[in-house]
Amino acid sequence: MTQINETTRWQDLTEGLQIYEPATAKDFLTGEWRTCTPVTDEEKCRQCLLCVPYCPDSCIPVKDGKRLEFDYDHCKGCGICAAACPFGAISMKEGK
Amino acid sequence: MKQLTEIRWHGRGGQGAKTAALLLADVAFSIGKHVQGFPEYGPERMGAPITAYDRISSQAIRVHSNIYEPDFVVVVDDTLLHDVDVTRGLKKDGAVLINTEKEKEEILPLLNGYAGAVYAIDAKKVCMETLGKYFPNTPMLAAVVKVSKVMEREVFLSEMEASLRHKFEKKPEVLEGNKKALAMAFEEVKLYRDREVKR
Amino acid sequence: MAVKERMSGNEAVAFAMKQINPDVMPAFPITPSTELPQFVSSYIANGEMDTEFIPVESEHSAMSAAIGAEAAGARTMTATSSAGLALMWEMLYVAASNRLPIALAVVNRALSGPLNINCEHSDSMGARDSGWIQIYAEDNQEVYDNFIQAYRIAEHKDVMLPIMICQDGFIISHGVSNIELLEEADVRNFVGAYEPAHYLFKEGESMAVGPYAVSAYGMEAKRAQAEAMKNARQVILDVAEEYKKISGREYGFYEAYRLSDADYAIVAIGSVCGTIKDAVDALREKGIKAGLLKVRVFRPFPGKELADALGHCRAAAVMDRCEGFSANGGPLAAELSAALFQAKSRMEVVNIVYGLNGRDFTVDDAEKLYQDLARLSEHGNQETEAYRYIGLRD
Repeated sequence: MTQINETTRWQDLTEGLQIYEPATAKDFLTGEWRTCTPVTDEEKCRQCLLCVPYCPDSCIPVKDGKRLEFDYDHCKGCGICAAACPFGAISMKEGK
Repeated sequence: MKQLTEIRWHGRGGQGAKTAALLLADVAFSIGKHVQGFPEYGPERMGAPITAYDRISSQAIRVHSNIYEPDFVVVVDDTLLHDVDVTRGLKKDGAVLINTEKEKEEILPLLNGYAGAVYAIDAKKVCMETLGKYFPNTPMLAAVVKVSKVMEREVFLSEMEASLRHKFEKKPEVLEGNKKALAMAFEEVKLYRDREVKR
Repeated sequence: MAVKERMSGNEAVAFAMKQINPDVMPAFPITPSTELPQFVSSYIANGEMDTEFIPVESEHSAMSAAIGAEAAGARTMTATSSAGLALMWEMLYVAASNRLPIALAVVNRALSGPLNINCEHSDSMGARDSGWIQIYAEDNQEVYDNFIQAYRIAEHKDVMLPIMICQDGFIISHGVSNIELLEEADVRNFVGAYEPAHYLFKEGESMAVGPYAVSAYGMEAKRAQAEAMKNARQVILDVAEEYKKISGREYGFYEAYRLSDADYAIVAIGSVCGTIKDAVDALREKGIKAGLLKVRVFRPFPGKELADALGHCRAAAVMDRCEGFSANGGPLAAELSAALFQAKSRMEVVNIVYGLNGRDFTVDDAEKLYQDLARLSEHGNQETEAYRYIGLRD
């Protein structure tokens, strides 16, 4: 699909701005909006996975029953994971 | 028949005047005429006075207004004569046809001085003798064909038979009753008063 | 082989629907278009159509379901009138902006109030800026022919816009008159199969319809939609040309009746045009050069063509079956006056509001109007109000 962005002329848009591929939201890097960044203390993390469903942007991937590093491309730094963690394993640091 | 014949029907909601007007358009269409059959719609209430119209012509019909100066008027229910000025605009060389059991002495004074021809038919009598039930449409249709001369009697009867045969395919006894009603209606039309001849 | 029949306007459109046999019809009944879903339901029950009929709980839902079905890739139609069309309002814009070529049979009826079931164009005229193509008919024949042409216009790749096929409520929808029908095979062959380039159920392609657009995109999207409406102009003419080959009947943006040498013209839409034609013939017998310009296509608005067709006339009356409450005349007069101004016309123009809430308009009314126009072109627009009613008690 041709890339459509804010410089695209009206003649080159799709009809009704229709989008002909799935899951295009992941190409939109909301992580660029972040002003605070969650950081995990691996020592304190018990892999309870409570942070995972709390994340409003699905930025905590899970593999084989264990959480992986944050998806910083899409994490907006809201801090909900840090507040939800019962073990104080997630802290918010200033900046990206 | 002249080029364009315009007919106005007066009835009451639920009596089938609209259906009768459409049936007349149907049968005229079947002999190759250009037709219009249309009702004038108001609030749809059983018993309220309603009006329906027919235009029958040998040429295409374009006009889409109501009919204000009809050649013929058909009154399906004589109680309307007290409430509705049925002969309004009716051409003097035309005629009004009224479904009534009443004698002309009672009917003529109700026509607001209309000077044209007045015909009557007792559709109830025709219905009860031929169908055993009161469906005024069938005899009224035959009567209006006779009065308006929009087509020959024999042509009308054979066209109606074809259409009824199709409609009552599974009820041959109803077909016979309707055929009798149509034929009898032709005989039962009475001239209550001829038009005043002024030429 | 043409089939001679007699039908009401509603029967004629339902018959066209049967012959086309679209995939889906969501509908909610409202007078005077109720017969359309009724007839279609009967055809389906009798096995004469295999359209999926969706009974819905409102017209908003009918249009919403139509949008869903059309986006999924199904050829879709619905029918409505008056308040039903008004309740669809929000979704009309959604259908058009998402470029979904739905066909909507509009049976024109007055919007409330006063509450009234009779003919007026206030319903579809209110929806004139919703992005739908609008084609109007004089009689049952035209509305049948227009419906058969509808999908060819709407689904054309340069257009992809929804289309309203309008007829006058009761006057046409419930009036029975002669009509010539096409053979079903000819209709199906003419309309063809619906093969959109993209649709939700297309195998191997995922698709999003109707995404949010920030202001960086919205203006461009609307400009593109406007282009589709411009493209519809040529497509309407091309489809009419092809339709002539199978029907023998000619269609365009308008019909000019005895207009080419006319001094005085009436411009009108819908069933009143037949009545006006009788008046034109009667006046021509008396040596008065009367003519009629019947507008068939209102969206896209053929302003230049209409202005050109009228160019030589001395005076024109533009008739609106709709009070626009603009305090400046009805919608047809407003748009045509703008077109005449663009064409540098100096013609005397009056705007006539007529036929509201089913008020009758007669041959006599038309004849008197032509006589008014003759006086107007003699004396200028001093005796006559430029925007006035006919058929009003005053």
